[in-house]
Amino acid sequence: MDADDESSNPMIDEIYANGGSPEGGGGEKRSRRLIISGDQFDIEAYASLYSGRTKIARLLFIADHCGGDNSAMQLEALRMAFDEIKKGENTQLFREVVNKIGGRLGPDYTMDVAWCETVDRRAEQKKEKLDNELNAYRTNLIKESIRMGYNDFGDFYYAHGQLGEAFKSYVRTRDYCTTSKHIIHMCMSAILVSIEMGQFTHVASYVSKAEQTHEALDQITAAKLRCAAGLANLVSKKYKLAARKFLETAPELGSHYNEVIAPQDVATYGGLCALATFDRTELKASTLTMIMLLNDDCEISIVFLILILYLQAKVIDNINFRNFLELVPEVRELINDFYSSHYASCLEYLANLKANLLLDIHLHDHVETLYDQIRHKALIQYTLPFVSVDLQMMASAFKTTITGLEKELVALITDNQIQARVDSHNKILYARHADQRNATFQRVLETGRVFDRDVRSMLLRTNLIKYDYNARSLSRKL
Amino acid sequence: MDPLEALVAQIQGLSSTPGDIARLHIILKQADDSLRAESTRLSPVLGQLAPSEHSLGFLYVLDAFTSGQISKQQAETSVPIITGFINACNAEQIRLAPEKFVLVCKRLKDQVMMLEAPIRGAGPLLTAARKLQLSTEHLTPLHSDFLMLCVLAKCYKTGLSILEDDIFEVDQPRDLFLYCYYGGMICIGLKRFQKALDLLHNVVTAPMSTLNAIAVEAYKKYILVSLIHHGQLSTSLPKYASSVAQRSLKNFCQPYIELASSYGTEKIAELEAYVQTNTEKFENDNNLGLVKQVVLSMYKRNIQRLTQTYLTLSLQDIANTVQLNSPKEAEMHVLQMIQDGEIYATINQRDGMVRFLEDPEQYKTCEMIENIDSSIQRIMALSRKLSAMDEQISCDQLYLSKVGRERQRYDFDDFDVPTKFNI
Repeated sequence: MDADDESSNPMIDEIYANGGSPEGGGGEKRSRRLIISGDQFDIEAYASLYSGRTKIARLLFIADHCGGDNSAMQLEALRMAFDEIKKGENTQLFREVVNKIGGRLGPDYTMDVAWCETVDRRAEQKKEKLDNELNAYRTNLIKESIRMGYNDFGDFYYAHGQLGEAFKSYVRTRDYCTTSKHIIHMCMSAILVSIEMGQFTHVASYVSKAEQTHEALDQITAAKLRCAAGLANLVSKKYKLAARKFLETAPELGSHYNEVIAPQDVATYGGLCALATFDRTELKASTLTMIMLLNDDCEISIVFLILILYLQAKVIDNINFRNFLELVPEVRELINDFYSSHYASCLEYLANLKANLLLDIHLHDHVETLYDQIRHKALIQYTLPFVSVDLQMMASAFKTTITGLEKELVALITDNQIQARVDSHNKILYARHADQRNATFQRVLETGRVFDRDVRSMLLRTNLIKYDYNARSLSRKL
Repeated sequence: MDPLEALVAQIQGLSSTPGDIARLHIILKQADDSLRAESTRLSPVLGQLAPSEHSLGFLYVLDAFTSGQISKQQAETSVPIITGFINACNAEQIRLAPEKFVLVCKRLKDQVMMLEAPIRGAGPLLTAARKLQLSTEHLTPLHSDFLMLCVLAKCYKTGLSILEDDIFEVDQPRDLFLYCYYGGMICIGLKRFQKALDLLHNVVTAPMSTLNAIAVEAYKKYILVSLIHHGQLSTSLPKYASSVAQRSLKNFCQPYIELASSYGTEKIAELEAYVQTNTEKFENDNNLGLVKQVVLSMYKRNIQRLTQTYLTLSLQDIANTVQLNSPKEAEMHVLQMIQDGEIYATINQRDGMVRFLEDPEQYKTCEMIENIDSSIQRIMALSRKLSAMDEQISCDQLYLSKVGRERQRYDFDDFDVPTKFNI
């Protein structure tokens, strides 16, 4: 890690400052604080990032999870969901939302039976029409029309919330696809429906199917597929793979995939997963080199520039990810802090973001795990370069008590993540490196003993079997 | 002439050369029944014969003498006679009639048990076993009796001497089971848990077609010793254990398996509660002492785990982590473990702190080098033995006939197996 030397010099001073007072960084830190926007959750801004069904799903999720005492946010979310649903044709969701509102938003937001009936009737008619058309195409055996027919069916079911049927219809077009474009279209539709249904195994399989087509995919589609793959990995708790996928997403994605995911999400998910699972080299190679460039130091940036020329393809992606990170400055700051060992502020950012992240439909179940992993990594990274660490300083660096810190460290040591021992009397952590020579001797003697015992037992058993066999053959002969 | 007198004369006369002894043997076999009939008159006869020269004759007479029911007073007199005989007898002569010898020794064992002085039989039986053995690798029925007496008499060290030999040749599997079982008990008594584990493992994994009680009892002890020594129990028997054992052994040892799983949760309170509820069952199997040691070992294991994470720790903290009642108790435990050599630490009583040290063994001393060297020699010897056995089996007639049967008839690479071997 030679490249770190240049940047580590300011770091050494900052370690003392870290342990000392939180304002050690001076104005720089305070100005950073202003960027945090984690406190107030702006539903309108959030919702405007999405479109289509996922917008409704997210709003409903927020309404369910924003906590009992936050009824204002809940009602706001429900109201927006109501408006959005009315623009579409999904009567079942409409009924759900109305139930949830329970009349709290006034007469405009109650059950509109007339609207429901109109929509349902229209749906029936449309379905009949589609059915007739499809049958006609089928008798005529025109592949392209049949494919279009099934697609229309899929779209129809999707609009009406019958996701299972929609999925089946989309999958049926597979037999009638003639060009790669068709296949890709089918895969994308299948992925969309699967995500909504929460069946991420299908997502993964259709992503790989789409990526296997002979034609080169255009940038946007490729980016969409990466996002979908990343989401699938995130949900199945494969955080490292998820991070990789998100980092590989091209920035051209922009807002083209708003029916599933916003670019801010790409940055957040990717950043958090990377922080939780990448080791330092990977983290640097993937995301930070470019961030360093953003800092004020010109000399350092030139050095890094030269380095970059020799780094691998991941560097190109850095630029991409940097664009995403610009959209969520908190996450960018957070990663920066982690890398430069300002653990206290890093963890503070995390804590502030937590409330909002819990309202995210995909990240909700994973926030705790990711946070734990990030915290553990911070602890491990802190102790790594030292021979002995004063627990007092470390506790203030992490803004926690000595006893609490000791407990966490003991857990990590027992788990073999930190190679150290705690001097509980003087409250110091000593690094401990296993004595290889002694360990080897012990292993050798043990292996010898085990071999000895096993061979002797085997010989004994062989003799027993021989005796047994002899006895039996003797009785047979008799 | 009195047939008995004649017999005595023949014994005395024909006990010098091996050819004579062979003839004597035949004569004795024929006279066996008549000797038995005259068992009451035989004590003066014994006085006439010298056990060291006329061992074979003496043996037959002794066998007839002790064949009937013996009361306590009679046992008092016969025990010294038998003991004297065993100590003095000639090994080659008695090896001609091993079953009789074993029978006599078994009677000795019964008699000392009747007299409730098992220790009187331990020494003689050791000598007897050594004399009967064809080599140190040979197991005789006497081994198990000897070990049983040692266990009853609690003189474990004598028992240990015979356990140091490796056994490869076995006459009767039952002997082996008993030998390993009692041997395991002796090792447990001497706190040599690794050796006990090996012996009990042999019983449990021995080839057997039906389950026997010895294996069940051995498995119960095996579970307990495994918990004490390793802190865990592997749930399934290795593949080479007999299928009978793999299937049904567990059913007979249910409380022990539950004890093992309770141990695995690492909660001392639960373990102790479980032991409390099942005390009678353990007591019926005479395993209560071992079970108590299992509970104790859990404390030890927890303290040992602490040595991995802490450099110094206060006695109060040790007491809290290991769920002991007071720092005083913690100090007792730590002190005991230091004395037993299970951990390396120093106790600072003024601060109430314990400082954990590294294992001082540096593997640089002469003793260690000798140790390693002897291990190497041993393993090389074992290796040679293994190859010798392999060669022996490949020349064995039965093996060749079986292999010959399965071999292709028209395989040009192999030699044709002569038809003689195709049974």
